[in-house]
Amino acid sequence: MHDKTLTQLAAAMSAGELSSVELTHLMLQRIAAQDAALNSFVSVTEEAALAQAKVADERRAAGDAGPLTGIPIAHKDIFCTQDVLTSCGSRMLENFIAPYDATVVANLQAAGAVMLGKTNMDEFAMGSSNETSYFGPVRNPWDTETVPGGSSGGSAAAVAARLCVAATGTDTGGSIRQPAALTGITGLKPTYGRCSRWGMVAFASSLDQAGPMTRSAEDAALMLAGMAGFDERDSTSAQRPVDDYAAALSNPVKGVRIGVVQEFMGEGLAAGVASSVTAALDELRRLGAEIVEVSLPNAGLSVPAYYVVAPAECSSNLARFDGVRYGHRCADPSDLEDLYKRSRSEGFGPEVKRRIMIGTYALSAGYYDAYYLKAQKVRQLIAKDFRQAFEQCDVIASPTTPDTAFRLGDKADDPVSMYLQDIYTIAVNLAGLPALSIPAPASGGMPVGLQLIGEVFDEARLLNVAHQLQSVTDWHQQAPAGFE
Amino acid sequence: MSLSSDDVAKIAHLARLALEPNECETLGRELSKILDLVAQMDEVETASVMPMAHPLEMAQRLRPDEVGESDRRARYQANAPAVEDGLFLVPKVIE
Repeated sequence: MHDKTLTQLAAAMSAGELSSVELTHLMLQRIAAQDAALNSFVSVTEEAALAQAKVADERRAAGDAGPLTGIPIAHKDIFCTQDVLTSCGSRMLENFIAPYDATVVANLQAAGAVMLGKTNMDEFAMGSSNETSYFGPVRNPWDTETVPGGSSGGSAAAVAARLCVAATGTDTGGSIRQPAALTGITGLKPTYGRCSRWGMVAFASSLDQAGPMTRSAEDAALMLAGMAGFDERDSTSAQRPVDDYAAALSNPVKGVRIGVVQEFMGEGLAAGVASSVTAALDELRRLGAEIVEVSLPNAGLSVPAYYVVAPAECSSNLARFDGVRYGHRCADPSDLEDLYKRSRSEGFGPEVKRRIMIGTYALSAGYYDAYYLKAQKVRQLIAKDFRQAFEQCDVIASPTTPDTAFRLGDKADDPVSMYLQDIYTIAVNLAGLPALSIPAPASGGMPVGLQLIGEVFDEARLLNVAHQLQSVTDWHQQAPAGFE
Repeated sequence: MSLSSDDVAKIAHLARLALEPNECETLGRELSKILDLVAQMDEVETASVMPMAHPLEMAQRLRPDEVGESDRRARYQANAPAVEDGLFLVPKVIE
């Protein structure tokens, strides 16, 4: 039962073959039995989950059920969940009980989804391996000596290990797509503004976006429909109706022009990943897609530009953690400055401090033009590259990551090599575009991700192409040994 | 670009972070490497490029100036380290 997708489980529940209470029990048992090996959950909300499942079953009996009603999911611990610990993977928020639900959480709850708990993550979503979490690293169910990626590593591992049916994630520079690729699941970063950021702990506000992490594109379509929508509480929320993602899934791929990014297929890409991605593109060609070459000449500058924009916004957003209103406070402060400095130094881990420092430096007097302004100009060039590429194609394709999952500790001592893990995903955030990662054929027994990038608000087409590919392949159906 | 321990200490003060002397040295090396990465941006000429203000070129939405939220002070202050009579407590600021 736990191996079924969201779509299959929703059908089973609506046929009366399964109740949400039964399914929720099963998932809670799996978490209890299996998660010690992974550390993918920070909190498991067992009682609340069973109560929500009971309500979902009652809703279904009353004829008031949608596709997400009764489906057990997990939320990344960056989303505020009322009366539940919302730690953001940090000692700073180790004691923070959220006083309200994030809009994405409330939307999914209104759709009837059941929350199993909160998933582990890189501290404040800063990391690409889930090793920066205050609550310890998450392990990749495909090989527990390797990382699951990050920052949504707990959500990715939990979905891949069948500990929950689907999960939420957030993506500022690749934090949904990179872990999805490394754990063999489907992860979608929507267009900037598609999902509300209200109640989502802010990292880099001009880049942050919430999205679904699932076992198939079909499931992602259902989850996104439940998460997305205009929210007056988010000043950058898109005022535009949510498309019917599920209805678009069955469109044929024939004639769709897919542009392969030349700059992302050469130096720095592992040979095994290159051949997997090529095999996936060949399959799309067989389905009738037209594969063309496109170029993003400035994409190589996306990591440098990102490491100005994201830290700058992070240093500003994380200024709120001052030990006064919520979060960690140091013991016996001698004065206000001592209170601020020691509370922050004790509450934040090394990666968060690095980014706050870089951002503070880039925004300090005299450096604005050289760093932030320059980065925003480079960002414009990257966005223009995408616009020009989309004149020649409908969807852009590339590998999601340069290699398969690396071993725990391998990159922990070298921040720059960790940052370069996101070399193919970061440009998308800078341009505000939607993109997803779906499994390509495995390489050396480890998952590989194919990234598809769309024009703004073209999530329906991305999900459509991904679903059509998944309809004729079984790469996305593979389960890690021990978690089948 | 190379940051000295003194540079790091100055930035740390601006960011209200207390660093140990050995942390300043390590951070100086790490931050310098990150700034070297960032310096790759200098390869491209951007004098005539408009900086990007928003990924979707959206205008800022305004709302009517009406009260929309109820008073939830007690709930929010439940997370505060120290509170008295609805006020956040901090060490004495004015002698």
